[in-house]
Amino acid sequence: MGSTIATAGGEQSPLRLSAASSATSSGGADWRDWVKLLKPRVVSLVVFTGWIGLFLAPGHLNPVLAFTAILCIAVAAGAAGALNMWYERDLDAAMQRTRRRPIPAGRIEPGAALAFGVTLSVASVIVMWLATNACAATILALSIGFYVFVYTIWLKRRTPQNIVIGGAAGAFPPLIGWAAVTGSVDVLPLLLFGIVFFWTPPHFWSLALYACRDYGRAGVPMLPVVAGARETRRQIFGYALVLALVAVLPWALGYTGAVYGVSAGLLSFGFVVLSWRVLRDRQDESGTSLTGDAPARLNFRYSLAYLAAIFVAVAADHLLVR
Amino acid sequence: MSDFPPRPTAAQAEELTRRQRGRNVALIVVLAAVALLFFAITLVKLGHFG
Repeated sequence: MGSTIATAGGEQSPLRLSAASSATSSGGADWRDWVKLLKPRVVSLVVFTGWIGLFLAPGHLNPVLAFTAILCIAVAAGAAGALNMWYERDLDAAMQRTRRRPIPAGRIEPGAALAFGVTLSVASVIVMWLATNACAATILALSIGFYVFVYTIWLKRRTPQNIVIGGAAGAFPPLIGWAAVTGSVDVLPLLLFGIVFFWTPPHFWSLALYACRDYGRAGVPMLPVVAGARETRRQIFGYALVLALVAVLPWALGYTGAVYGVSAGLLSFGFVVLSWRVLRDRQDESGTSLTGDAPARLNFRYSLAYLAAIFVAVAADHLLVR
Repeated sequence: MSDFPPRPTAAQAEELTRRQRGRNVALIVVLAAVALLFFAITLVKLGHFG
């Protein structure tokens, strides 16, 4: 955030006039704007879960190729993020949280963002195939396609279940990491896929509960907007219960040891308790929280730590027990 | 002659040049890193298949 434009959100920038008058140019963009287009915070989570998949897989992958595989997962996730920002530039402009992103702020031209995203998507899949194998490259391509076409273009503006099905896009990295080593898919990476899949709805809806107005203004049919806060709280608790069951499956089915089993049990118990507190939050008749959605805010923060801890636990179990 | 689009002031032109230079340096670094990565992948693959 060291640039004049980024810190001032475009309002005070000396380039404001020239950027606005030459809309076909991306000349006002700083290199940091292109990095922002890749959604670096999302990429960091994807890299982490992808690396765990690679770490758990049986067999050996040369460190250079392993690094390349992780890099491809990161670039592909970033490229999908750029394509998402290109397609959702109208929504981003309407939402407080996203209106300063490079495209709605006028610092990067939409066509340039599209070209950037497509180029990185294709390059990441080809390099993954060359460096590892066709299976990993195929799943990587599938994850990009799922995020862009199924979630962003098809579901997000049509159904409040968008985040449930779309959550699969973020669940692919452990599968890709595993496939990069083995050239195939097995039960354990599929269970890790399931954990991320069932974690996404309670995680995202906890955020949506207090960012609900922003989505409503942008016309995105997020669950709190369409079904109300009360129903969203019920769904959060329901998914937390399912997640708790899925999270202990790797241990129950014998794919991990007790280190993971105990960790997953305790962490999931914490998630269920916090989700219960979200469900029981003091609220008025319309379901509006009387506590400023304090339990939902806590649940959102816990969910981030939860996923990281679950994946650290499965890696630690692999290292210590196996 | 209309002044549209408006000409950038000296400060704006300087800022634009600074940003372009920053992008160019970033691009050089990325391209060099990609070339190095491809070289490393080639060495590994040749060693693997050799």
